[in-house]
Amino acid sequence: MAGYILKRLVFIFITLLLASIIIFSITQFLPGDVARIILGQFATDTAIENLREELGLNRALHIQYIDWAGNFVRGDWGNSLTSKLPVRPMVMARLSNSAMLAGMALLIYVPLGIILGVIAALKRDKWPDHLISGISMAFVGLPEFVSGLLLIAFLAIGLQWFPANSSINPDSTFLEALPFLILPAITVSLTGLGYIARMTRSGTIDVLRNDYVRAADLKGLPAWQVLIRHTLRNSLLPTVTVVAMGIGWLMGGLIVTETVYGYPGLGRLLVYAIQRQDLPLIQAGSMIIVAIYSFSNLAADILYGMLNPRIRVGK
Amino acid sequence: MVLTNSSKKQNEPKISRLSAKLKRLRRYPTTLIGFSIVILFLLVAVLGPWIAPYKYTDQNLAMRLQPPSESHIFGTDQFGRDIFSRVLVGSRDVLVVAGSGTSLAIFFGMLVGLFSAYRGGLFDEIVMRIMDVILSIPPLLLAMVILFSLGPSRLNVIIVVGFLYIPMVARVVRSVVLELKTRQFVEAARLRGESSLYILFNEILPNVLPHLAVEASMRFSYSIFLVASLGFLGLGVQPPSPDWGLMVGDARTWFHQARWVLFFPAGAIALLVVGVGFMSDGLRRMLLPGGVSDV
Amino acid sequence: MFDPNTASALRVDQQDGKYALDARNVTVTYNTDKGPLDTIRNVTLQLVPGEIYGLVGESGSGKTTLARAIVRYLPANGHLSSGTVKLGGTDLLALTRKEMRSVWGSKITMVHQDPGASINPAMLIGDQIAEVARVHLGMSKQQAQARAIEMLSKVRMPDPESVAKRYAHQLSGGMLQRVLIATAIATNPQLIIMDEPTTALDVTTEAVILDLVRDLLKEFDTSVLYITHNLGVVARICNRVGVLYTGEIMEEGTIEQVFKSKLHPYTRGLLGSVPRIEASKKDISLCAIPGFIPRPDQLPAGCVFAPRCELVEPACEEKRPPLVEIDSNHQTACRRWEVLQHDADAASGVCPARVTEDRELGDLVLEARNIKKYFPVSGGLSSFWKRDRTVVKAVDDISVRMRRSFTMGIVGESGCGKTTLARCIAGLEEATSGEIELEGEILPYSVAKRSRETLKKIQMVFQNPDASLNPQHPAGVSVARPLILLRNLSGKEVRNRVRELFEAVNLPENYIDRLPHELSGGEKQRVAIARANAADPTLMICDEPISSLDVSVQAALMNLLVDLQESKGTSYLFISHDLAAVRHLSDWIAVIYLGRLCEIGSAEDVFVPPYHPYTEALLSAIPIPDPDIKQDAIRLRGSVPSAMNIPSGCRFHTRCPRKIGEICEQQEPPWRDVEKDHRYCCHIPVDELRSLQHGFLQKKIAGSGGDE
Repeated sequence: MAGYILKRLVFIFITLLLASIIIFSITQFLPGDVARIILGQFATDTAIENLREELGLNRALHIQYIDWAGNFVRGDWGNSLTSKLPVRPMVMARLSNSAMLAGMALLIYVPLGIILGVIAALKRDKWPDHLISGISMAFVGLPEFVSGLLLIAFLAIGLQWFPANSSINPDSTFLEALPFLILPAITVSLTGLGYIARMTRSGTIDVLRNDYVRAADLKGLPAWQVLIRHTLRNSLLPTVTVVAMGIGWLMGGLIVTETVYGYPGLGRLLVYAIQRQDLPLIQAGSMIIVAIYSFSNLAADILYGMLNPRIRVGK
Repeated sequence: MVLTNSSKKQNEPKISRLSAKLKRLRRYPTTLIGFSIVILFLLVAVLGPWIAPYKYTDQNLAMRLQPPSESHIFGTDQFGRDIFSRVLVGSRDVLVVAGSGTSLAIFFGMLVGLFSAYRGGLFDEIVMRIMDVILSIPPLLLAMVILFSLGPSRLNVIIVVGFLYIPMVARVVRSVVLELKTRQFVEAARLRGESSLYILFNEILPNVLPHLAVEASMRFSYSIFLVASLGFLGLGVQPPSPDWGLMVGDARTWFHQARWVLFFPAGAIALLVVGVGFMSDGLRRMLLPGGVSDV
Repeated sequence: MFDPNTASALRVDQQDGKYALDARNVTVTYNTDKGPLDTIRNVTLQLVPGEIYGLVGESGSGKTTLARAIVRYLPANGHLSSGTVKLGGTDLLALTRKEMRSVWGSKITMVHQDPGASINPAMLIGDQIAEVARVHLGMSKQQAQARAIEMLSKVRMPDPESVAKRYAHQLSGGMLQRVLIATAIATNPQLIIMDEPTTALDVTTEAVILDLVRDLLKEFDTSVLYITHNLGVVARICNRVGVLYTGEIMEEGTIEQVFKSKLHPYTRGLLGSVPRIEASKKDISLCAIPGFIPRPDQLPAGCVFAPRCELVEPACEEKRPPLVEIDSNHQTACRRWEVLQHDADAASGVCPARVTEDRELGDLVLEARNIKKYFPVSGGLSSFWKRDRTVVKAVDDISVRMRRSFTMGIVGESGCGKTTLARCIAGLEEATSGEIELEGEILPYSVAKRSRETLKKIQMVFQNPDASLNPQHPAGVSVARPLILLRNLSGKEVRNRVRELFEAVNLPENYIDRLPHELSGGEKQRVAIARANAADPTLMICDEPISSLDVSVQAALMNLLVDLQESKGTSYLFISHDLAAVRHLSDWIAVIYLGRLCEIGSAEDVFVPPYHPYTEALLSAIPIPDPDIKQDAIRLRGSVPSAMNIPSGCRFHTRCPRKIGEICEQQEPPWRDVEKDHRYCCHIPVDELRSLQHGFLQKKIAGSGGDE
């Protein structure tokens, strides 16, 4: 197991390295010149040239990359081009907001998705299954901006249950933020809910087909024991991975949801940065998301290994 | 190759198999719904400009934000444009962009998966690690960053979608090929000296196709998701194109006063996505062994 | 050793007493798209306490459905539509679902076919036995754990305490099956249903498990319903047997009665289909049953076996014949049983040999010298930089020679390397070292580097019929490709030749256009044989070609292989774990253990003592469908060691019942010649082994072969 984790860490390192190269080089293809973006359209060519020199933009690309990556690792993420403020505290503050939203969403969709998935599997090919499978299929495919705006239209504007806008003060505490979190959390949850429900359903159906479930039945164990000890213990194993991996994948979903609700999270920040062509912000935000993505995948694998005796205990 | 002249006979079981599958499908209403929706949208995409009562760019500021009525059954938007016409014509955008992106991904993903799995060894290892790295960046983020640099345009969206989904297709194809490669009919082909290309394209590929079809339908659904999201974020197709995502994005400013501006394009996206999803489930049931029960 | 006579006495005594299981006139109906379908019809099973009742039948006979109906565990669309099921006087059909749960696991327990799949992979072994004790015996957690360990020692599990704390993947198949048996006896049930419990196991492990079952029953007063397709297993451990065919009992009686008098043509057919360890293709040929098991929705109106029966007469096809009692306990559903009773020949199930004359040994075709195949263990990127590679020595220095028109049989248990050896010779696996010489030419290891001429000469028939044909290609295409590639035939010639090849394997012409999923397992294998034959190979490698098929289908395929060899003079390398099949087909037999030969010789000699202790163990383990043959109970301990970590000295020493001392652990054994054509590899000299071993085949082979 330890060797396996080490191997995965090495792989994550390589991934982050390659991802940083990809992100760095893609952002070099910017349509405009960075110096011109900073100084505005009307700056003189000399001023731009001076700034380019100052920012080190005239150096060879690989030197610029090494410089950037080195600073990034040391924690110096540069200053935002638009607000001139240091990037790191900004990204970190937004990250914690996103984490709040993601955590809330996880609390909603994981238990619900599992329950619905198990029900669908147990009632396979009967109406509850058709209903749950149909709804979860619909949820999986629905883009967050569609479900988000529809929720706003119905629940916020129509019924006035929740605020339509979640553009809270970025430094709000959890309790202050809570009422503003509910709608965005539901929005993010829908996709996750559909996904978890489908995975749980198929995992449970697979396990139910196994001989050992039949054997457990024929051992005369009470039905709940057969379900929990023999079926769910095995069938939820893949779900665990899906949940853990979903944390990284949530980050992607947050980009759109936060934009819809104007919620001050990392995703909203990234969209803003892209619209403003704020290079350091884009680079830092993307790297953080990639890192979270990679580490949640690692967490998924480790968790799976720990829960699965086949991997935890060797021959 | 037809070895006897009784090609009719050969077709009979195929037809009966198909009808048996269709019969089984009746038990899955969602699949029928899915196929119907997709066919409906395809028709709309082809015939849209002819059905549309107005030109999608026709502005009429006197008729701004009119609720649905007889003359504008979906109402009008902030420029007085007919939303019904825009939704109809917009279906073409979504289907063409998402469809082309999916086709690119399927084609290249298939090639990568086939060769990587068949060659095996170090080649496979390196190719798959590269795929893993691409997969380790959330697709929407990567799409945003790439489009941000390339500049948003229809062609760029297609290229980005195609590129982003190559790894997923390649993974699926690779795992199927790896399994097929060990099957004994492939070994029998090696034993009679078939070339690698023959084995790859005549023995293995036909057995990958059903998986590829299911994968394509799933990728298509994801592509619509991605294309619409990019449109919404303003990184996809640019105005005044009647892209649904773009329309929903614009509607954000107006839907407090005129909900129909949001409902119809959002509803169209939702309907199409759900339809493709149901169709994809149905394809899985029909084409893959054991698919009747699976996800 | 088991004595069937006490069993029948037991039965007669208790005739009027209480049955352990009394299932009468059971009919099972499934609701299908085409309406209700009776898959089990009017079957009566009555088991007295302490007996082992064997229920035999081929796939599709309904044996598992019947068992499931008895325990009321049918799928949702099936139900027991008429009949009664009583367990020790309790009417099971009157019980509620909940009451039924208290019967399961306490009064009726089950042992399933695939032990690996029947044990929860995420739960400790001990907990899985203990939970039964807790639920049904009301024990506390500690008591139940103690019970679990007690049961594990009852099934002779080595080190039960530690096994209880392990997971399923840490145990071998044989050990897992013991765990299932331990669970089944933990509540001292009235009835244990065993559904093919040894089918997934190797023959030596099977023998140990069968012994265990038999011994345990002496201690526990339990009846066993033993379901199997293997007539040999029935003969080994059952008291009585019922032969099931398409959901009806064809014949029922004690082992003696059924195996000796065989008063139903189906029983006769089944027994005639099974190859015999005591007779080769030169003595007899197998009597395959023509036709197929009818589908349950297409049953004939009369006797269900009539369409395949040689004795059929018009009256048989009019109405279903009832079971008639011929002798005490002996029943048959055949109207014409008297014919069978009086026609000894018809009842013997022996068909004349297909091989007409003794062939001269042909010239040397293939010589494989010192073949080794090592697989690296670790895969992936790490194997590119790792220096210390552990290897699996799948084949470790094996040499074989084959002659023209000659069959070399290779036997050994799963994982012994027999398939790898064959694949190395075929070039599908690149040998690590050694030489493969075909008709005087040294062959490259890889099939990709071999010339077209060579490819033509070596063809292969694979084990799994489902995987051996491309599901997307019509059967004819599979057969046509080698003709085009290797024999340069063109359009019309190909068509004609394909037709001939189909005819040669007894497939009708219209099968040419069928896709594999429209063919049965046996038919697919015929197509595979036709494909292998298309190139007119000198050597045909048959890797367990019949193992996954029913006995009657196996028989037909073996006959086909014999016929094809007779007409074409092909040499076969026939690989199987089934000693009797190998004995039947082979002229020469090689026994492999853990990647190395331990004995080789002509088929007549190898199975006659003196032989290698491993061969001896194999022979005493195989279940023989003849209650008259008495085998020594030589059993192997433990399981086959890992090929990554091969024991020193003689690699068989860890399990050898005849180990003589340290020499076995330290020195590689020498080859010893028994006769000109028979050698084995062991530290024990020929004469000493001869005095120790008494084989059961000696006399039969010395005599005229197939006679009883």
